[in-house]
Amino acid sequence: MPGDQPHEQSLNIVLAEDGVLLREGLVGLLTRFGHRVAAAVGDADELRRAVALHHPDVVVTDVRMPPGLSDDGLRAAVELRAARPDLPVLVLSQYVQRSYAADLLDSGDGGGVGYLLKDRVGQVEQFLDAVVTVAGGGTVVDPEVVRQLLRRRRDPLAALTPREREVLGLVAEGKSNGAVARELVVSEAAVGKHIGNILGKLDLPPAEDTHRRVLAVLAYLRG
Amino acid sequence: MDDHPRTPWHALAHRRYLRSAWPWRAAGYLAGSALTGIPVLLVLVLLAAAGATLSLVLVGLPLLALLGLAGVPVAAVERRRLRLVDRTPTGTPHRTPAEPGLLAWARLRYREQATWRELAYAVLHGLLLWWVDLAVVATLLGLPLLLLTTPLQLALAADGEVKVVKLWLVTSYPPAFAIAAAGAVLLPALLHPLGALAGARAALTRALLAPRERELQGLLAEVTRSRARLVDAFEAERRRIERDLHDGAQQRLVALTMTLGLARLDAPPGPLADRLATAHDEAGKVLAELRELIHGIHPQVLTDYGLTGALADAAERSAVPVDTDLGTGLPRLPESVEAAAYFAVCEALANIGRHSGAARAAVTARHTGAALVIAVTDDGRGGADPAAGSGLTGLADRIAVLDGTLAITSPPGGPTVLSLEIPCPVISPTSNP
Repeated sequence: MPGDQPHEQSLNIVLAEDGVLLREGLVGLLTRFGHRVAAAVGDADELRRAVALHHPDVVVTDVRMPPGLSDDGLRAAVELRAARPDLPVLVLSQYVQRSYAADLLDSGDGGGVGYLLKDRVGQVEQFLDAVVTVAGGGTVVDPEVVRQLLRRRRDPLAALTPREREVLGLVAEGKSNGAVARELVVSEAAVGKHIGNILGKLDLPPAEDTHRRVLAVLAYLRG
Repeated sequence: MDDHPRTPWHALAHRRYLRSAWPWRAAGYLAGSALTGIPVLLVLVLLAAAGATLSLVLVGLPLLALLGLAGVPVAAVERRRLRLVDRTPTGTPHRTPAEPGLLAWARLRYREQATWRELAYAVLHGLLLWWVDLAVVATLLGLPLLLLTTPLQLALAADGEVKVVKLWLVTSYPPAFAIAAAGAVLLPALLHPLGALAGARAALTRALLAPRERELQGLLAEVTRSRARLVDAFEAERRRIERDLHDGAQQRLVALTMTLGLARLDAPPGPLADRLATAHDEAGKVLAELRELIHGIHPQVLTDYGLTGALADAAERSAVPVDTDLGTGLPRLPESVEAAAYFAVCEALANIGRHSGAARAAVTARHTGAALVIAVTDDGRGGADPAAGSGLTGLADRIAVLDGTLAITSPPGGPTVLSLEIPCPVISPTSNP
């Protein structure tokens, strides 16, 4: 069967979602694929307590939840990362909104964060990939948000060729060079070359820093 | 000359005064005075007497309190009666109480100056005015009619003699007809002072019972406030609908797509898997549509990030590339102001995308400390007609409620500039990212 144990790694997860139906569904989904949900909570305050108690590998949280029924979940996530910059956080949102993604990516050093539309939960494998990517320190930004950003046609993106934008878009979604190559049906070397060009055009000189890919995505988001 | 006089005074200057209905309206108005005057006198005397007597045992105090408000219903009736001789409508000078209940009503009335003018009128009317009015009608209309009917009175008289106006004894028809002729001359002559006095009486009523300038302004301010409350209620309702959809339908749909996604993983390849895939994709599309719908009703970013975030978001969604210049960011403003400004900018950007042929647009927004000032410009062909777009008219109304203005300049060849200004204080000095 296609998706029974796609991920060898078993993660310790703290989940925050105020909708009971969805929360139970997510717990079922994550446990079914071999992860452990240490705590599933319904508001931002409980989320803070659960993280302090369980030291999870990754936090998955909704944006809008009690007590304020505003962007409490997102603010809790940003706070948690301010206290522990390497804490991986995947935020699920009902909105395609750059402001939310930018707030999140600005927290910590920009690695180990994800901003996904809730719709992605339905695309089970894509969602599980995102959880694992974020837990591993990667960055995942929802394709819808990336698409909206690509439409902005503003500097510094104006300097990029259409193909380079496409590559950067896929990188922003958290894909590896190999995955990008498969998606675009080109060689991995070609992808590497594109990424080199992108980093050059975005004025991100070659360095030891492995987060240059993340910085490129951030350059996008801050536009 | 005005063909439709509004008062007896105007009518008197008219050549056709005597043939018009005005003399009879004036007479009717003055004669009718007794119909309200007598009950008013009775009620006032009874209330005052009962109140004064019973106040010794405290029961009378509410009655005396009631006396203070006695002018209110009298004035309401008298304002209606005034229409007989004054075609200019007279509204009530009273405000509507903010809370329901008799007590709130009475409290408000006691504080209003108009209540005391009305009481003064009621006392004056009950004790004096209706007597005067009756005397005027009796003299100016009754006397000539009495003279006019002398022959008839003589014919009906049992003893063959009539004492006209208790002065002249008439026993035969020739003098009777002479007196009747005098009455016929006197009647039209006296109708003129009758009209003049009715006009004076109406002017007195209007002076005491019509709203004063300051009261009218108060009433206008009240209307403006109630309009603003309506807009606020409308905005709150939008947020409620957005919240209900977000917490209800959207949550359930996400759960549904998740279930369908899992089912797809479990289903063996075949027609069932294909149908599941179709259902899954459809559910995904519904979810995307619902998300756009919810965003259109009330964007959550407006609540969370204020105008700064919401305008940037609107710019990103625009079909035409938009440069935004929000200075150092806008402060948080009253919800109604943020919503009105946001939807105006969205509508402007939508219009630019649909009609202008522009390649670029720009949004600048500043809060000057006292007002929010926004301009949306494009490099399109211009010639936009603000009257043609019902969307913008509605938005202009919404901004007008907030005492703001919305203006469009669009010369042929462009550029088109939509500018709006809404006076508003800052709620919190901090500006959101």
